[in-house]
Amino acid sequence: MPLPTGDVIGILADNLRLRRSVLPLSAKVATKWTEGLGLRHGGDTMLYTGMMYQLIPYIEGLVKAEIKFGDSWLAKYTGLGRKVNRVVNISAFMARPSAAERAVYDQVPINVVHLLRKAGVEFGALFEDDLYSGALAYDLGADEVLLEHARRVHAVFRKRGVKTVITIDPHTTTMLRSVYPKILEGYDIEVRSYLEVLAEKGMAPSMMLSGDVAIHDSCVFARYEGIVDEPRELLAAAGVTIRDPENTGRQTWCCGGPVESLYPAKAAANAEKRVAQLRAAAPDAVTMCPMCFVNLSSAAGDTMRFKDISQYLREAYAS
Amino acid sequence: MTALVNPGLAEELERSDEFNADACMNCGVCSAICPMGVDVQPRKLFRYVLLGMEDRVKAEVEPVFSCLLCKMCEENCPSGVHIAENVRTLRHHIVRTVFGIGRG
Repeated sequence: MPLPTGDVIGILADNLRLRRSVLPLSAKVATKWTEGLGLRHGGDTMLYTGMMYQLIPYIEGLVKAEIKFGDSWLAKYTGLGRKVNRVVNISAFMARPSAAERAVYDQVPINVVHLLRKAGVEFGALFEDDLYSGALAYDLGADEVLLEHARRVHAVFRKRGVKTVITIDPHTTTMLRSVYPKILEGYDIEVRSYLEVLAEKGMAPSMMLSGDVAIHDSCVFARYEGIVDEPRELLAAAGVTIRDPENTGRQTWCCGGPVESLYPAKAAANAEKRVAQLRAAAPDAVTMCPMCFVNLSSAAGDTMRFKDISQYLREAYAS
Repeated sequence: MTALVNPGLAEELERSDEFNADACMNCGVCSAICPMGVDVQPRKLFRYVLLGMEDRVKAEVEPVFSCLLCKMCEENCPSGVHIAENVRTLRHHIVRTVFGIGRG
């Protein structure tokens, strides 16, 4: 059984309001990916993770805990859990991924750093000020909580003199590019996905790839932000044969991830349907969103292989 | 069966120009194409709003929060209904009035 919807939303909203993220990560965990990269502090162009990739292993841990609690006598104490969570960060105890699990997701921003450098892009990072965008609060309709948080993110951009941000995942991209301008006064940050930046640069691959890969478009990239051609251009130029599944491009089929925090069983059922479409196209598939990656690869088990697009691109363009 | 009607509900929910439940012509493409199947039926939810049936809206917590906001329906809607934003607006109403989050 799913946990009470209002209490789960309450815990996530309280975390964002009190601890700057729906699932608070320590600064050490959130910035682990920056180690050894010699990234510049400050500057007007920033690579911005919005903590999305770093959060995924923690969200996975929380969802597993939710499923266990939902099927146990503890479910009826979720409301009490929300009250306790305001004082003690209980979500931190519920999700404790291993270093190996975290490293899988940390690898994506590392790949993007190497790709942007190879493309000759000058950029820095915000390190501990690289805050979560508030995407989940927005999706869940917690608009007042989101507004307070978005003002905090905007204040960081102002304080650090940021003019342009280069994003990695679709959710952070749409929040910073399409939602913030509607809710924040004087917000004029230029926001570009790294896929758009790389496609525009027209880089030549240093190593040609081969093989068929089923492409899974992110709903947010394809239908919210119109990013459909860029990943295809980059993969095709690298020698990858792209196989489109039954639903593709602007008609892509959602991975189910957006409802995972409230209704994990529904999310899993939807992911299974999408995996069947992708598997019919090719045994290997590429994703461009951490939520898509985790939901689809969990549903697929060992029946097919998923890679984040940054992995293919780094291999081809920045190896 | 009775329903408590709030005739001002649609106006209360109309926080921005984007909320356009009244553009829905009830054709059912959204429900037919929805990856979540019958769990979410936007046209039914929007009809409740237009009829001022606030209690029915508030009773639809699971359908409202089961929406993926994936915009598959919106991409194929012949009437240009902002389905995802409309659903998000219903969520905001429920979050405030049922769950008591974000009030004051």
